[in-house]
Amino acid sequence: MMKQWQVAKRILPLLAVFSLLLSACGREDLSVMKPQGPVAQGQYDLMKLSITIMIVVLIIVFAIAAYVLIRFRRRAGQNKMPEQVEGNFKLEVIWTAIPLLLVIVLAVPTVKTIFAQGEDLSKDKNAIQVKVTSHQYWWEFTYPQYDVTTAQDLIIPTGKKIAFELKTADVLHSFWVPSLAGKMDTNPDGTLNKFSFSAPNEGVYRGKCAELCGRSHAFMEFKVKAVSQESFDKWVNEMKAPAVLPEDTQLAEKFKTNCLSCHAVGDQGGPVAPNLTGIGGKQSVAGILLNQGEGQEDGNPVLDNMKEWLHDPQSVKPGNTMPNPKDLGLTDEEIDGIAEYLANYKLDYE
Amino acid sequence: MDWITTVDHKKIAVLYLIAGGFFFGIGGIEAILIRIQLMKPMNDFVSAQVFNELITMHGTTMIFLGVMPIIFAVMNAVVPLQIGARDVAFPFVNALGFWTFLFGGLLLNLSWLMGGAPDAGWTAYTPLSGSEYSGTHGVDFYTIGLQIAGLGTLIGGINFLATIITMRAPGMSYMRMPMFTWTTFITSAIILFAFPAITVGLVLLTFDRILGANFFDVAGGGNPVLWQHIFWIFGHPEVYILILPAFGIISEVIPTFARKRLFGYSSMVFATILIAFLGFMVWAHHMFTTGLGTVANALFSISTMLIAVPTGIKIFNWLFTMWGGQIRFTAANLFAVGFVPTFVMGGVTGVMLASAPADFQFHDTYFVVAHFHYVIVGGLVLGLFSGLHYWWPKMFGRVLSETLGKWTFWTFMIGFQLTFFVQHFLGLMGMQRRIVTYLPNQDFDLLNLVSSVGAFLMGVGVILFLVNIAITTRKPADAPNDPWEDGRTLEWSIPSPPPEYNFKQTPLVRGIDAYWKEKMAGHTEMTPAEPVGSIHMPSATPLPFVMSVGIFIAGLGLMFSKDDFHNAFMNGLFNNYIVVIIGLLITFGAMALRSLYDDHGWHIEPEDQDEKGVRT
Ligand code: HEM
Ligand SMILES: [Cu+2]
Repeated sequence: MMKQWQVAKRILPLLAVFSLLLSACGREDLSVMKPQGPVAQGQYDLMKLSITIMIVVLIIVFAIAAYVLIRFRRRAGQNKMPEQVEGNFKLEVIWTAIPLLLVIVLAVPTVKTIFAQGEDLSKDKNAIQVKVTSHQYWWEFTYPQYDVTTAQDLIIPTGKKIAFELKTADVLHSFWVPSLAGKMDTNPDGTLNKFSFSAPNEGVYRGKCAELCGRSHAFMEFKVKAVSQESFDKWVNEMKAPAVLPEDTQLAEKFKTNCLSCHAVGDQGGPVAPNLTGIGGKQSVAGILLNQGEGQEDGNPVLDNMKEWLHDPQSVKPGNTMPNPKDLGLTDEEIDGIAEYLANYKLDYE
Repeated sequence: MDWITTVDHKKIAVLYLIAGGFFFGIGGIEAILIRIQLMKPMNDFVSAQVFNELITMHGTTMIFLGVMPIIFAVMNAVVPLQIGARDVAFPFVNALGFWTFLFGGLLLNLSWLMGGAPDAGWTAYTPLSGSEYSGTHGVDFYTIGLQIAGLGTLIGGINFLATIITMRAPGMSYMRMPMFTWTTFITSAIILFAFPAITVGLVLLTFDRILGANFFDVAGGGNPVLWQHIFWIFGHPEVYILILPAFGIISEVIPTFARKRLFGYSSMVFATILIAFLGFMVWAHHMFTTGLGTVANALFSISTMLIAVPTGIKIFNWLFTMWGGQIRFTAANLFAVGFVPTFVMGGVTGVMLASAPADFQFHDTYFVVAHFHYVIVGGLVLGLFSGLHYWWPKMFGRVLSETLGKWTFWTFMIGFQLTFFVQHFLGLMGMQRRIVTYLPNQDFDLLNLVSSVGAFLMGVGVILFLVNIAITTRKPADAPNDPWEDGRTLEWSIPSPPPEYNFKQTPLVRGIDAYWKEKMAGHTEMTPAEPVGSIHMPSATPLPFVMSVGIFIAGLGLMFSKDDFHNAFMNGLFNNYIVVIIGLLITFGAMALRSLYDDHGWHIEPEDQDEKGVRT
């Protein structure tokens, strides 16, 4: 233990320099190098330690290589064979022992972190339980403690530990919010994964699917939105409120028969497709068409995004399983009407 | 015709080289297409489906059909010569191994023309690779093509094991074997233990897809994670199958051009064996995020980190081989000395990946893409370039142009670093791998562009190498026996290219670096261990070719056995397994011929044993 600390002390200045260098890269809501929560921070600390060790190794190897290549190049007129050295037992022991030592320095904190972060919080009363179900190509989030289900935007209260249970409805995917925690695969029933993270600060963090899952793997993004406990409670209430349907009764009927056979809003509809409650206030449409808002430089008005999606879902996410509304018999006007309704369907909780 | 029937290890080496080079080219074009697509955000150069096919085929092609055969080419060309043998142990089987590899590879690539390439990644994780989610025949081409090609690899590996165990020249004890022969030996042993795993895996996946079995289907009581275990129990050792021969090449080239014997020979041998052994113990480090549990993750973390120790031994031994030497920077040696730091880069990121909690962040991102390209391209491909420049005169009797060789090195090396160095950062900034495109404004744009530019530069490097070959081939084949003048091992004691029978008289080996030892004792050639006599040679035969064609036909037949061709005749042929049966009949027929008809080969009498090499 003592020894480990002394090594750490000596490399501390190096560590500082590298973390400075590294943290120059990437967006705060996305980069592994700008951790926004304790889990990602722990993983980042390990990365910094290993990078430091590795850079020390690289410097030594590169220095020896450079020295050898310059010092021992063959010069004109060198005709005598150099002495043939068989080896050197002492040297060889040294360069077996040093890597072994470095490995131990890295292995100890690694194992510690593995066990610390592997804690099972699924029975913890103070943690927010969330069941994540991945689908080709969207994310479903269920809160069993509150009996609430949502999609694409995961709303969490700041500071609380969120305990996830992950599963997939079809192929393997991987749940990843780089700035909050490393990824975890979503397996089918039988080998469900559990893990947890927390976000101390309010904000929106970008999440990605990290396991090749088919044609729209690249478009299987989601957001984690951390809000105050108050707002979170409000959000839960709003989610549980009865559904708001289009005012135009004819349109409402169309929406019910064509869309709610798969989707749900409030207390109506089905669980086959993403829950649409309050969709107008989400960060994106379909997870990939960014809505205008903070941190979304390329965001478009939510209405435009909604229309783009509803007029041709396949061109936005190739291979997704939503039928084209046109094929369901909706006219362009009806589609625009539904788009407008959905774009205005916002929850008031912030 | 000569080439189809040959059983000579030197000609089979050339066949492997041409076929491997061909597939390497295809894999390279696929890589360039991938990089064009990723050059800018939201690009639509290729569709998402085609992109998934491109990455799958790029990875599969490069590993199984590109670099593996080129490794086999070098092994075939060099190992029998290095141990003083006249051929491999089973020349007929050697030819069979080549032809099954070639036809497996062709079958796999036919998928581009026959309705869709495999699209589930080169790791083909289930259920994505199951028939439910991958509806084209793509993955069938993958399972059956790789099965046939893998057969060839397994055959080749066993052949090398037998050759090295039984056919070493008198005096060549194990601890006098050249390092490249050693790594071939260990590599072949890994093949022997690892390939059966993928064979079984592919059979199971084929059953799931074509015959409706449920090995990997949860609904039917199977388990998709089982595929990951099977795949990586093969897949991780596979990485060492690739890199150990490169270690061997570097261990030959550096001593030659430093004019010193390899530093720490016995620790090199020991480290090689240790790496191979550990290589089998660490497969689950590809699966940290699969949810193996904390204990398994901890154990696999530590065992993976341990590989750094024997690898470190090797690196320092190479550096100290050059210490005190007289280093010549030929093209071959440039690639070898370029290999050392580049490979170390790949190695250190490997140790970083081994730390499981950190790997939760690295896994399936561009950091990993960078890491394994540093190992496979920065390690293996640089090693192969080195070996090819080094042994080219021995194989073909012509020395490659040094100037062009150096140009190849610098363009390839600079291109390589540009392409892959920045990918470490892309991964850390949150870019996952296998994505067809990415949104703008995530700080990914510039680095992706840099990476693509680097890829083009690497392409230029490869083209320069091809130009070099083309130019060199038109020169007369007049290379001396020992063109580098400091050759240390047996292959440099015979003509370039070697005569059909390699050694007129089997040489007597008196120590490590046998030929160098004789030269230092003032001799110009090896002391023979036998009198001049009649040399027995195996007969050429088309049977290996015919057998492979049969397997190829059977494979195609199996793949389409469930299809409806809208044509009664075709349906009858395929749906009743008649095509499969025809293919198998061809193969078994050829096998029967081989065993019934006794061929004793032929002899080269002493008066026909001229000194200069027969052109290969
Ligand atoms: C010109 C040189 C090369 C370039 C520019 C290149 C580029 C790439 C790129 C961009 C990917 C896709 C990464 C992803 O999103 O998953 C990739 C994947 C891969 N490459 Fe390369 N590569 C090159 C050479 C090689 C070589 C020589 C090998 C092996 C011998 C190789 C093996 C692989 C493998 C195994 C994959 C993973 C495929 C998969 O995800 O299924 N590459 N490469
Ligand atoms: Cu995905």
